[in-house]
Amino acid sequence: MKNNVSALIAGLVFGLGLTISEMINPAKVLAFLDIFGDWDPSLALVMGGALAVTALGYRLAWRQSKPFFASRFNIPGNRKIDVRLAIGAILFGIGWGLVGLCPGPAISALMIGGAPAFVFIFAMITGMGVFELFERAEKLRRPKLPLA
Amino acid sequence: MEHFTPVSALIGGVLIGVSATMLMWLNGRIAGISGVFSGVAFTEPGDRAWRILFVVGLIAAPVFYSVITRSTPAFDITGNWPLIVIAGLLVGFGVRLGSGCTSGHGVCGLARLSPRSMASVGLFMIAGMATASAARFLVGG
Repeated sequence: MKNNVSALIAGLVFGLGLTISEMINPAKVLAFLDIFGDWDPSLALVMGGALAVTALGYRLAWRQSKPFFASRFNIPGNRKIDVRLAIGAILFGIGWGLVGLCPGPAISALMIGGAPAFVFIFAMITGMGVFELFERAEKLRRPKLPLA
Repeated sequence: MEHFTPVSALIGGVLIGVSATMLMWLNGRIAGISGVFSGVAFTEPGDRAWRILFVVGLIAAPVFYSVITRSTPAFDITGNWPLIVIAGLLVGFGVRLGSGCTSGHGVCGLARLSPRSMASVGLFMIAGMATASAARFLVGG
């Protein structure tokens, strides 16, 4: 229960960060990505600020043996850079650069972005669904690996 | 650089960092929006409630902001529907294949010095910049 309340507040704070920094505005994001235009470096400061606070916050959090409302810290252990990661990042980057929306701002803008925001989210969910199908097909095709 | 807004950018960035810290410290979770969001639809039901509530908070934020400041946040997007659909498909598929987006890799991943996140951020930044710069020449604007 407590972890649900904290997730709601964290989502609200995240969304306020996106709203105040204007990152929910695709034009503002494109003004950063379009480096040959009238360049607006704001996005770099948003990421830099978020990164500095998170880097410090994580280190403070990890001094504890476990989080307040969960049994353990859930941290990805995979450190291998593979083709999937690279192709995924590139496809995402192309989509991001086309209209200026990445998942956080797109979801956050749902109530203020009108029809384009809905259409984008619908297409994004479809893209995620296509990945799930692709993932299942891969698992069926690949021979079962012996458990190491 | 006439549109540069350093103060609001930093305030917003700090808030995003506070949110990511909260989610780790309290719930032990990475604030990766694509992972949290796709998990709403594609995960075991027991792990769903907190994800839905995080997304609800995310969606409520600009509305909350509008009510308090009595101003609607700007949202300017291209009117080209096929472009919006293609972009959405690429973003949805890409973030799942690449295990994360601007928040999960860009903020949380870099904060924990993950080599995968460093590679991901480098690639999606280059791809995003190349696409946005090229799109302005092709589509115009």
